[in-house]
Amino acid sequence: MPPPRTPEKGLRHRLAELRGPEVKPRALDARALAALAANPGCRRRAILDGAGVDKAKLASSLGSPSVFGQSQFAFVRGNAFEAKVKADGGTELLRLAAEKLDRTAEPPMGARLPDLGAQDSEGRTRRTEEALREAAAERGAWTLLDHPMLALDVAGSPAFLEPDAVVVHPDGSWTVVEIKSFPMLDGAADPAKVGAAARQAAVYVLALERVAERLDPPPRVRHRVLLVCPKDFSNLPTASAVDVRKQRAVTSRQLARLTRIEEIAGTLPEGVCFAPELPPEQLEWSVESVPATYAPECLSACELAFHCRDRSRTAGAVTSLGRPVRAELGGLTTVGDVLAAARGEAGDPDDPAVAALRRAAALRAEALASAAEGAREVAGCR
Amino acid sequence: MSLISTLARLEAVDTGRAQPAATVRHRHLSERPLVFVPLITAGEAGAPLGALVGTDRDAPRLLVVPQPRDRELRFAFLAELADVVLPYVDGFAEAVEAAERSETDPETGKRVKVEVELCADAPQMLVPSRAGVDLVRLLGRSMRFRRTAEQDPETPFPAPPRVPLLGRWLTHFGERARVPGSCLLLAMTDVLGRHWATGQSTLEDQHLGALLAWIDPPEGRSGAEAAEEAELARDDDGQLICPPAGPATDPAFDNKLLAPAIERYDRARTALAAAEDGVEADDRLGALTAAEREIRALVESRTRPTWDAVWRGLDLLRELPEGARVEERRTRDRWSFTAHRDRVAAGEPPQPRRDDAVTAANKLAAREREQARLEAQEALDDPLAMAARRLSGEAFAGEVVDVVMAYSESKRPSPRPLVTVRTDDRPHLGERVKAYRSLGGKPQTAEFVEYAAGPDDGLLVLRIMDKMGRGKEPEPGSVPEKGDRLCFTLFEHEPRGGAKLPDPEETPWTHGGPPGEDPAPEPADPVTEEDLL
Repeated sequence: MPPPRTPEKGLRHRLAELRGPEVKPRALDARALAALAANPGCRRRAILDGAGVDKAKLASSLGSPSVFGQSQFAFVRGNAFEAKVKADGGTELLRLAAEKLDRTAEPPMGARLPDLGAQDSEGRTRRTEEALREAAAERGAWTLLDHPMLALDVAGSPAFLEPDAVVVHPDGSWTVVEIKSFPMLDGAADPAKVGAAARQAAVYVLALERVAERLDPPPRVRHRVLLVCPKDFSNLPTASAVDVRKQRAVTSRQLARLTRIEEIAGTLPEGVCFAPELPPEQLEWSVESVPATYAPECLSACELAFHCRDRSRTAGAVTSLGRPVRAELGGLTTVGDVLAAARGEAGDPDDPAVAALRRAAALRAEALASAAEGAREVAGCR
Repeated sequence: MSLISTLARLEAVDTGRAQPAATVRHRHLSERPLVFVPLITAGEAGAPLGALVGTDRDAPRLLVVPQPRDRELRFAFLAELADVVLPYVDGFAEAVEAAERSETDPETGKRVKVEVELCADAPQMLVPSRAGVDLVRLLGRSMRFRRTAEQDPETPFPAPPRVPLLGRWLTHFGERARVPGSCLLLAMTDVLGRHWATGQSTLEDQHLGALLAWIDPPEGRSGAEAAEEAELARDDDGQLICPPAGPATDPAFDNKLLAPAIERYDRARTALAAAEDGVEADDRLGALTAAEREIRALVESRTRPTWDAVWRGLDLLRELPEGARVEERRTRDRWSFTAHRDRVAAGEPPQPRRDDAVTAANKLAAREREQARLEAQEALDDPLAMAARRLSGEAFAGEVVDVVMAYSESKRPSPRPLVTVRTDDRPHLGERVKAYRSLGGKPQTAEFVEYAAGPDDGLLVLRIMDKMGRGKEPEPGSVPEKGDRLCFTLFEHEPRGGAKLPDPEETPWTHGGPPGEDPAPEPADPVTEEDLL
């Protein structure tokens, strides 16, 4: 197997410094990679993820702990469902794959289930690649890879990704399988959850494509993934083919942009370090030295969001009220500036944004005054 | 979001308190609402864990499923819920008044008036947040196809008698909640968010505790501080002091408190089943009751703060005077409620899983129409809503500076007075664009004629077109006079829907064609051993 692209020694060393010399890097998973796509402009998130910093620990050290957690009920249920889907040599899973994606192929009987076990992540990645190569050589049969391990080069360091399953079709093409425990009710699931699953699956598709490139001839990685969910209120699996071309394109672009990490790292002052055992003041200084682009959507995607929200509010940034707010305020970016412009204390009256603000403020004041007057009249009549 | 509401949010940031986003209340509030604060189990498809429900603020009924994965216990919960919800709903079904509705006569095909019953009032269900509305719909879906032992003696896991009926009502509430301006089922965060602008994003407004903290912060504290505390503050045990409004629970609560309690309950139940004699069984029954009581206390501790918050929200909303046209929308809710009451009484099958093409198109058309109506009515009821329309050029207000009498050029000339209005607003006007003003509650139409001076001078000449009576001279008071302050809108006050859709029997082939002969009733969801709901 050709080794992954060797990252520059300098960058790797620099990232280790940022993380703290004694700290092991936190591996990027597909969820984190997919979340990058949610706020691509955030340099803070890019460098912290790139350096493998544990953002949850960092947030706690900063005094704004993250609120993410998983209920053990959800965890147990998710695992039980996945086990059920894959039970019996994956018969049901392969049946669903054939039905939803490959109706013309031979029905999956006696599919191959290669053993992917190995000591460590690198070993499992190698095993996965071998298994995929063997499957490619043996056309005409179905192969199910249960929890394969894929390596994806992210900004110079490999991230190890573990899809729920990968299916090799008889025609040699590959499909990513995503097993989720939210229900598909009367054939439709919660669009927000399906979207998240699609973004995650897109990362796996990208990683699989890198593996495919190294084979000759390169097998096709299907851009329709198989989403398996419980049917209605039962525990029976049902599936749907989800087209992830768009998510794949977005994630691919984001990952390409992540190489900026080197550039971001270059702009940081000497002494910046995110090791969680450092005193809070120093950590805060380090974190503040990388600019963030906070928006309320971060609250559901990033461990550091509450810290960034505090900063954003203290700075009076209007984006802390939501991204669309910013769009109608032109060049005015802080609460103070906007209000001063609206009150006529500052701003250029010829600027269309300022003029619109003043009109809005006047209309609002007039409406509130007329309502108050109306209320007084009503009170007087009684 | 309009610039006016953005400005209100920024003022809220500046003052540390939510600012008014409406000057009147745009939603009807029942005098006797049914408040429902449900909790679900994480990871399951809406498996309830418990709920507080009732109409009495001081005495909510606590319902708990001590082991959410147990079908029997879940059915018991749903049956109890039916015992609270159905009598409440039935209480509105009996008091009726006579009303008229036009229907198509099946023989002659003409529109005729028929005398029908209309319920005098309709129920109102309040849940804390939008996720609660979704859960009501989900519970409705999970129950309405269930079969009771009476309906089908062969059914493997018969549901308690009134559970399928509860499912149909919850489905109706959930479906009605999708109609803009309807009030059968409301989410408290949505209603509060409509009437106040906070200093946080709409995303953060979904947290009922934080939203209330902005609207009515405790003495001496800013809304921002109080809201952050509501979101994040935890006690020594690591539990949120203001628990999330649900239906999802906080993972820390699940892992630290709930899971051990459920485990104790399970152990007590296994022990009871294994008891060998009466004395032992008595002891173990005591242990089981204690374990169950513990779970009940836990569920109550997570729902009671939300229950109180919903009522506090109601108090705040009731202080606002009701908008003039809210009652009209309420009447539509009464029609909707009466219609479903009649469908249930007539023994019609439960709402289908998927609507047919014509029903679906009708629903969408109705929602669009109601959205337009809601926007128009809110603007007419509320100067603040109208201000947003004026800012966007869809309305204008000003003073009448001149009135010139004129007549139409037909055989019988009718009055068409020309009115000149001075305004600072910038409406999007073109030749013969129609504008409407409210005259005694009815819209009077005017047509734009020209700018008296230039487009920038704000002098508009309008021709009044109707509502002036049949005579040659307009009726007194029907023509604006010099000095009047008027507000014209460019949108219709009573928007009409699109063309009528065909009857289901006439469904075109492009949309699946007419439904087959008397379709079989929809089967219940197949039940498997591992089903969870």
